[in-house]
Amino acid sequence: MSQDPAIRIRDLTKTFGGERRLFGRRSHAVEALRAVSLDLRRGETLAVVGESGSGKSTLARILVGLETPGGGAVEIAGEDAARLRRKGPRAFGKTVQYVFQDPVASLNPRKTIGEILSAPLRLLCGYDRARRETRLRELMQAVDMPEATLSRYPHELSGGQAQRMAIARALAAEADILVLDEPVSALDVSVQAQVLLLLQRLKRELNLSYLFISHDLAVVEAIADRVAVMHFGEVVELEETRTLFATPVHPYTEGLLASAPRLKRA
Amino acid sequence: MTAYIAKRLLAMVPVLFGLSIIVFLVMALIPGDTATAILGAYATPENVARINRDLGLDKPLVQQYLIWIGNVLQGDFGRSVTLNRPVLAEVTDRFGATLILAGTALVLASLIGLLAGIVSAVRQFGWADRIITFIVLAGISMPSFWLGLLLILLFAVEWRLLPASGMTAVYGGGGPADVARHLILPAATLSMVAAGVIARLSRSAMLEVLRQDFIRTARAKGLSERRVIYGHALRAAIVSVIPVIGIQAGFVLGGAVYIETVFQWPGIGAMMVKAISTRDILLVQGGVLVVAASYVLFNLVADVVQTLLDPRIRT
Amino acid sequence: MSEIASSSSAAGGGARPPRRLSAFALLMNSRLAAAGLILLVLLCLLMLAAPILPLPDPDATAPADRLLRPLSEGHLLGTDQLGRDLLSRLVWGARVSVAVGLAATLVAAVIGSAIGLVSGYAGGRADNLMMRGIDMLMAFPYILLALAIVAALGPGLMNALYAIAIVNIPFFARNVRGVTLALAHREFVDAARLSGKGHVSILLSEVLPNVAPVIVITMSTTAGWMILETAGLSFLGLGAQPPQADLGSMLGEGRAQLFTAPHVAIVPGVMIFVIVISLNLLGDGLRDALDPRLRSGALSRPGPVTAIARQGPVPENSQPEAALSVERLETGFSAGAGRYQPAVRGVSLHLHAGECLGLIGESGSGKSVTALSVMGLVASPPGLIRGGAIYLGRREVLSMPQTQLIACRGARVAYIFQDPLTTLHPTYTIGRQVMEAVAAHQPLGRQELKARAIALLRQVKIPDAERRAEHYPHQLSGGQRQRVGIAMALANDPDIMIADEPTTALDVTVQAEILNLLRQLQKERQMALLFITHDFGVVADICDRVAVMKDGEIVETGRTRELLARPRHPYTRRLIACVPEIGEGENFLPRVARLMAREAREISA
Repeated sequence: MSQDPAIRIRDLTKTFGGERRLFGRRSHAVEALRAVSLDLRRGETLAVVGESGSGKSTLARILVGLETPGGGAVEIAGEDAARLRRKGPRAFGKTVQYVFQDPVASLNPRKTIGEILSAPLRLLCGYDRARRETRLRELMQAVDMPEATLSRYPHELSGGQAQRMAIARALAAEADILVLDEPVSALDVSVQAQVLLLLQRLKRELNLSYLFISHDLAVVEAIADRVAVMHFGEVVELEETRTLFATPVHPYTEGLLASAPRLKRA
Repeated sequence: MTAYIAKRLLAMVPVLFGLSIIVFLVMALIPGDTATAILGAYATPENVARINRDLGLDKPLVQQYLIWIGNVLQGDFGRSVTLNRPVLAEVTDRFGATLILAGTALVLASLIGLLAGIVSAVRQFGWADRIITFIVLAGISMPSFWLGLLLILLFAVEWRLLPASGMTAVYGGGGPADVARHLILPAATLSMVAAGVIARLSRSAMLEVLRQDFIRTARAKGLSERRVIYGHALRAAIVSVIPVIGIQAGFVLGGAVYIETVFQWPGIGAMMVKAISTRDILLVQGGVLVVAASYVLFNLVADVVQTLLDPRIRT
Repeated sequence: MSEIASSSSAAGGGARPPRRLSAFALLMNSRLAAAGLILLVLLCLLMLAAPILPLPDPDATAPADRLLRPLSEGHLLGTDQLGRDLLSRLVWGARVSVAVGLAATLVAAVIGSAIGLVSGYAGGRADNLMMRGIDMLMAFPYILLALAIVAALGPGLMNALYAIAIVNIPFFARNVRGVTLALAHREFVDAARLSGKGHVSILLSEVLPNVAPVIVITMSTTAGWMILETAGLSFLGLGAQPPQADLGSMLGEGRAQLFTAPHVAIVPGVMIFVIVISLNLLGDGLRDALDPRLRSGALSRPGPVTAIARQGPVPENSQPEAALSVERLETGFSAGAGRYQPAVRGVSLHLHAGECLGLIGESGSGKSVTALSVMGLVASPPGLIRGGAIYLGRREVLSMPQTQLIACRGARVAYIFQDPLTTLHPTYTIGRQVMEAVAAHQPLGRQELKARAIALLRQVKIPDAERRAEHYPHQLSGGQRQRVGIAMALANDPDIMIADEPTTALDVTVQAEILNLLRQLQKERQMALLFITHDFGVVADICDRVAVMKDGEIVETGRTRELLARPRHPYTRRLIACVPEIGEGENFLPRVARLMAREAREISA
């Protein structure tokens, strides 16, 4: 079917700083994004890789509406992002959701998991109490956690458990586009593998589309269908995962691949 | 660096401007009639009207402010009704005495406070720490004017060691040694609270710094414990203590109001208390403005010192 | 502020119901705070009971009984210059003082916190405008503004209350704004926004609960001040006006009789002192109870060397030819009340000259504690070495006198730490920090030191070393900072270098450069390198041998190639299986899925 892509980005720019100060001089300006164009197709996992300062996190924050774009066009699920934003946070949150890098920091320390997960169910989906209870149980099942977790506070969970809760919150909104900002890089390897498995299963079961931000090439190769390499605010290469890893074209991509430590298993 | 200081000086202008507006407004919004207050029993309608005209009180507020600030900028703070002399002359006379008292107290407080805080942190949970912590707690919980009275009772009345009041002896006084003798009790009293606050803050700043990663690095390099504490840790802790000293300068200047009253030190604080009870508005206005402006200036100095010590702010 | 990473409950996870210490229990743990609270409660009861206590009328004058000394008949605390009973006046006056002080605190807290919350959350222009206003108020020396306000409103108790409250608004506004500003950019606030919450809802239900402790702390630490200031204004005759009396005005009136009847002035002063000190004790206790950093005891001062209390005999050096031998090391943390939480349990390691040994494990496995134990760098309290031995050649480190151990640091064993921004001193130039490392062990003149430092910076390939030496750490990139860390470690040609996750904070390309540099330096100087990491890729890249740690124990040691290819211990096998490898691609997840399924079967079987 000829559907709109989940996300369509055209010539997106963003500059931080550079405002005029009180006494005339401009503050130092940083171009975080310079004319980025990308499509996230329905049902695919598109990875965005790059080192610190490449602009990948800025891109993610713009896509979920936490940052305003400087210029260019963003369409989410076929709708202009600016218009979506004007419709209010509800419309936006129902369309695209975000999973943060630091799972513990993304959960309010003074609220129980149940309270945190109820917010999107109540505000975005408009469910009544009974429906919310059912959904909370379903969500816990979906992320393989016991229901008792709902009465826990975030600091009582391990990193991996907290990240499952953050994923559950994103799922609660019933958006089918997820932007995942380094979702496994704060986790130990064994936990990381489990969370990756969970993400893959959820994607299949719920028909989700992932924009997966990461700096870890091996993780990206394992989970992504396509990869975009970012460098200083630009997409320098965008290719099918297999092709990119087999025959990188851009010298920066080549450098990245060469730098990545390998196990060299015999 | 000069550019930075120039920028800070420039940034002072709006602050001083705002100060003058607040001072002016507070005084202009005084309920009741200034003229009536001045004239007392002689407040016939004609006299009131004449005074209002003389003082410009019949004009709109903005115009009154502009006239007032214009005069202030030319050094004319008006004339004190009760003392019958120019406000500026009285304020500058008094301000010198306050500076001697507050300056001494602040230096004392900074030295004692820093020292006590460091000792307390280095000997954490030891006896020195406990004693210092207790003294500091008692010091900041005590009304300073009451401590002043106790000190007078002990040192002036009971033991007759030091003078109880004034800045100079009535007969044959006035030399620096005489002023210093008169200074001891009020300066000690005034420095107490500030010393306590500075001690607390330097203690916690030191403890905080001693937990930092770069202290572990210094230890891993094989530096002696003395160098680790009095070189690395103290240097980093001082950066966060300096602004506290800046803020304490304000407390010392304010606290001088009580101490000057208790010890009859001829400073600007005692002057203002008297001016408030006699409703000598122009004198209060002038006093507040001068003290506040000097405080702003002092904080600028504290800022610059901090910037010199901390390269991270500089760039 | 809200980083409540209490290690005890984090380990509990979702399975076991965690222990939650209430703030009240913590408060009562502190003897001083409890004393303050009890004193305050007693005082409050006394003041509240004033109308029903058998006290004479506080305003009844009796010229015949003027200035009676304390303990006079019928007047426990004596009388004042008008013959009024001092005890009665004291109780009634304290009621006024405390009521005014607390009311002022409440007013200042509500208005100041509201300003701070809105200003910190809104940010931008609104924040700027509000804070400039607050700065303006703060530009007045503290009491001066109160004086000006009283001057304008006229003397009187209510006016004093307004003045004190207004003067204290900036403190609340500033404190609350600072915390709010930090919170407003926290990820959970963003997350709440994405959950569909509006600004008001976020401010009230997400931000405020996290700011509330700060408001409570600020209130409890300023309430004493406000009572003092109200008393001060009354003392000056600008607060309570006769016949109304508070403690301050009693003191002020008593001052006239200071020389003849000092008790009239001293008694109310004592009362103020007792009230304020009990409030301050309680306030300090509250702050300690609500501030999570203090809760974990994190603010106790670490000593120069880890505390050593070995139980049992000192183990022999089983490989005397090794450059560094760690024998059955037991390190842990004392958790108060004689409790001890082990972090390293009987670890033995042998590191030979010219070799690189990797120590790998997941977070909490005890690998960093092992590394820091070697030179007694585990912060104590709470760190504690309970057993084992560490041999540098023939000498045993843990039985050395402190000065000798410190002399070994940097000279024989040097460290490189993880985050090069926090591990370098922020206000010293990097040149100076390298010079210091040299000077700690070599008595050289200033010029020589400088030349040596610059040579070291060149060795670690810092371009333009001479100019760079004048820079501060924050002016360098992460990779360059780590090079400075390496230069400091090299300063005295150590036999052993311990690198604790030296590349974890760096990007992959920079990581590769730093690893290359380390490898090259190690080969050139035939140094022994102990490399702590959580990354198998890094281990494969640089280590000759590797030891795998889990829960404080080494589960497997072997040559890197063999261990990676044929891990023997199930934990190692699982760990390696979970590492995705470049080139493995989409096969990785099915492989892990099979592994996890097999494990699940094994557990259920």
